[in-house]
Amino acid sequence: MSRPPESRVDPDVDLRVPADRGELTAHPAAVLGVIAAGGVLGALARAGVQAAVPHPPTGFPWATFGVNVTGCLLIGVLMAVLTARPAGPLARPFLGVGVLGGFTTFSAYAVDAQRLVTAGAAGTALAYLALTVLGALVAVAVGDTVTTRLLPARDGAAR
Amino acid sequence: MTVLLIAIGAALGAPLRYLTDRAVQSRHDSAFPWGTLTVNVAGSLLLGAVLAVPADPGVTALVGTGFCGALTTWSTLSYETLRLARSGARRHAYANVLASVVAGLGAAFLGYALVAAF
Repeated sequence: MSRPPESRVDPDVDLRVPADRGELTAHPAAVLGVIAAGGVLGALARAGVQAAVPHPPTGFPWATFGVNVTGCLLIGVLMAVLTARPAGPLARPFLGVGVLGGFTTFSAYAVDAQRLVTAGAAGTALAYLALTVLGALVAVAVGDTVTTRLLPARDGAAR
Repeated sequence: MTVLLIAIGAALGAPLRYLTDRAVQSRHDSAFPWGTLTVNVAGSLLLGAVLAVPADPGVTALVGTGFCGALTTWSTLSYETLRLARSGARRHAYANVLASVVAGLGAAFLGYALVAAF
């Protein structure tokens, strides 16, 4: 009993979406390979931004904040594009799971906040925690909504 | 060298996120994204531990920036939350963000405390 595509929640892999459920058995090496390759590209881009915009121990982590909010905007755009214009079986694994999953990071978000608290900048930590949540959720909603409006679904592409 | 270490860590972390997500989600029947929560909390615990002591820059690049960075994700978390909210599961959406932030931050503190205690 398969559910329609609009039931997708997880963009990495949603086992209630038939195509996601079967993709690892169908092409295991290709799926894991493009996820790894995309992850490398995303992580190196993130490291580049973090190296270019360093922050002092008690300063606001702007680089990681910017990376995460940008990645959330782009996952909204990507998933809306893939919904309106279904692409090949490796598009979501490469771009969504790999590139954007590797670009954005939750561990640096949590540890940046923990280090700010430990360094005595609890106010900055709280602002960073809250602004990232707000920025990430607004960004993903804007990316999805704007892209969906610009790309009306073709016949047969369910939304 | 740093670039290569980040690349190796990310080449392991990103596929492990995908495989963990599949494994966790296959063990329950709800729409709640436990798989992403699992990798985000685990990665925060590990990164908190790695950065608790002045680590070798190579270890930080490989395990921290590369592996933990690619294992964990904000893009997946935000999209899941959007989809949960739009499908009418607003409580699940709020719970997803709140649980991620509280458990992730708690894990970062725990990882830090465990290593700092030795």
